[in-house]
Amino acid sequence: MSAPLAPDLPDPTRGGEPGGVVAFHERQEYVGRDVRTEEMVFNMGPQHPATHGVLRVAIKTDGEYVRALQPHVGNIHRCAEKIGESVAFYQWIPYLDRMDYLSAMCNEHIGCMAIERLGEIEVPERAEYIRIIVAEVQRILSHLMAIGVYGLDLGAFTPFLHQFRERERGMDLLDHLAGGRLLYHYVRIGGVKRDVSQDWLDELDAFLGAVEQRLPEYNTLLLHNRIFQERTFNVGVIDRATAVAWGVTGPALRAAGVDFDCRRDAPYSIYDRFDFEVPSGASGLGGQVGDCFQRHWIRVREVEESIKIVRQAVAGLPEGPVLGRVPRGFKPPAGEVFIRGENPRGELSIYMVSVGKSEQAWRARCRGPSFSNIACITEVAEGLLIGDLVALIGSLDIVLGEVDR
Amino acid sequence: MQIWLDELRGDVSWLGNLPAGLVYTLGIVIACKIVLVYASLLAGETVWLERRISGRMQARIGPNRVGPQGLLQFLADGVKLLAKEDIIPATADRPVFILAPIIVFVGAFAAFAVIPFGDGIVAADMNLGLFVVLSLTSIEVVGIIMAGWASNSKWAVLGAMREVAQMISYEIPLGLSALGIVLLAGTMNLSDIARQQEGAIWNWYVFRGPFAFASFFVFFTAALAALKRAPFDLPEAESELVAGFHTEYTGFRFAVFFLAEYSAMILFSILTAVLFLGGWSPGFPVDLDSGIARWIGALILFIKTILLLSVMIWIRWSLPRFRIDRVMYLCYKVLLPISVVCVVGLAVQVLVAIEWLGLEHAVGGWLGGK
Repeated sequence: MSAPLAPDLPDPTRGGEPGGVVAFHERQEYVGRDVRTEEMVFNMGPQHPATHGVLRVAIKTDGEYVRALQPHVGNIHRCAEKIGESVAFYQWIPYLDRMDYLSAMCNEHIGCMAIERLGEIEVPERAEYIRIIVAEVQRILSHLMAIGVYGLDLGAFTPFLHQFRERERGMDLLDHLAGGRLLYHYVRIGGVKRDVSQDWLDELDAFLGAVEQRLPEYNTLLLHNRIFQERTFNVGVIDRATAVAWGVTGPALRAAGVDFDCRRDAPYSIYDRFDFEVPSGASGLGGQVGDCFQRHWIRVREVEESIKIVRQAVAGLPEGPVLGRVPRGFKPPAGEVFIRGENPRGELSIYMVSVGKSEQAWRARCRGPSFSNIACITEVAEGLLIGDLVALIGSLDIVLGEVDR
Repeated sequence: MQIWLDELRGDVSWLGNLPAGLVYTLGIVIACKIVLVYASLLAGETVWLERRISGRMQARIGPNRVGPQGLLQFLADGVKLLAKEDIIPATADRPVFILAPIIVFVGAFAAFAVIPFGDGIVAADMNLGLFVVLSLTSIEVVGIIMAGWASNSKWAVLGAMREVAQMISYEIPLGLSALGIVLLAGTMNLSDIARQQEGAIWNWYVFRGPFAFASFFVFFTAALAALKRAPFDLPEAESELVAGFHTEYTGFRFAVFFLAEYSAMILFSILTAVLFLGGWSPGFPVDLDSGIARWIGALILFIKTILLLSVMIWIRWSLPRFRIDRVMYLCYKVLLPISVVCVVGLAVQVLVAIEWLGLEHAVGGWLGGK
């Protein structure tokens, strides 16, 4: 069962005009004219190629123009948070992978940090560096996917398959380390599962080189393409105030001109040791701050920055163990913890409460970026064309597994 | 065609005894049948060509299993589509729903009757050839409106709406840029237009002055839009409208839409080659108008067609899709003014060539189109 995301707004699929929306044939410009026009209600999704999963967006359209819109979520609700309260702490980590399956490493990282702070567990230095490496590789993979899929949303099929070539290398890379291509369960409480070898680091270097080499090619096909720019400039503008009010985070927030990144401004793990830039929306690119183009551009820039971070982490990788001591039957003392971290899509925060003497959390709660980001389309999408709506949803780069959790 | 039949009647005695009209009629029917089969095969192979080229462009292989290099892939696809369940939605307008693919098919294939595949290799050598092609291809839009409306699906209606807006708009620059060539050629007979471009490469209509050159690009762009090819594939934009007007079609009815789309691509490629790129002329003076030589000419035209098809495929897999308002902008504010200027410019050019220089004059003949 799906439910409307903003129940207080008028639902376009229902009859009547509760929100004071003027019926189309009663609008000022058409009264007394010899035309009869009708609004049409579309159900975009849950099975629609542009909704990236099972999002259902009910749209009321006037021809090609979107007049009102309501996203319905919950089609793949899998009780991720409730499960966190009924399994042991360490057992919850794989569920975090499955929430946002395109950024599994980052989710694991943030989840493990929460549990470690709750249990006051020390993480070895080497493990911290490896965590940064895998999290940033995951960010590169996730952004590559976002860049390619955005091309697909706008009708360019080729960049989508081109990015898969590099993404495949990256997935193999993580596969060789963790034994899984998409969902890893590699970051563990107290460290990481396996140590990296010199061979793996060489492979990593080759992968980073390949991404660096190919990124300009993708930009030729999309970012610098005239049609792409016409489709994305000034489309779906999420301005600063809207972004902050709706809790938009990640690339979408930075594209809106808010220069905020958890990795730099609320440092966690060892991100404060690395030198990297945080791109944010700029007005000199054409279009305007907060439009779809800027969101795409931010992702391209973040891939470049992530490559820099990985290189620095590899250079500074210390020797030592990778998994700290975690007692069997781990029972953290009573207390609560709130951790925020930067996932490729935005800020993933985890709140956990332990009552002590229990292997399970009393409360486990996530604040996911996709869920907050998709909510703002109710405000932003009005007046867009249907093609623009697809561009808007694509540029937010949502993962429905995490919207519904 | 008529010449062939006359020769045949001279050689075969019992044919000579039949009334001439009957022989011509039968001849045209048989020829059309041959052209239909040929065009269908070619459309099937164009699908293969597109899949192979797009495979190369996208760092993958493409179909290469069925037949040599996967050339028989279209047969496998056809069999698969035939075996699919034929679904007609319960709320659909049944007769219209069934009729729509037929009309689209007729519109796309009928025009092949007047298309010359080589010197004298044409089913019906009409004096109004170009006119017939442009009018028959416009029938397609009727079929698509019917498909969109009869499906009783909102996405299909939206797709059909886009299709109508786009097709009707782009027919104008398409027709106008072809009209410029008609002014040069002084005829609408496609075979005659091609014959006038024989000889050196600068005899090709695309090279006869700046206006003809611009007309070529306007014609090709407008043809892309009229064919619903990317970047103008809004009527079936898969990421926006699911599949546009043929969302509700399955099995063989869908295959017919698909085939019609590709045959229309071939049609416009041949038309572009004949109107602008010298038809069967290889670009240097050579005698290609009789016997076996005309088949060499046909091969040259075929190669030009494949090249133009490849360009269409290349464009499709490189570019993102336009937005509907930009499509209309491009038509009415860019292509239409250019094509009007081109037509007026070509008219003046022809007038100047005839009045001032005379068609016997070398430059006059070149500019005047004879």
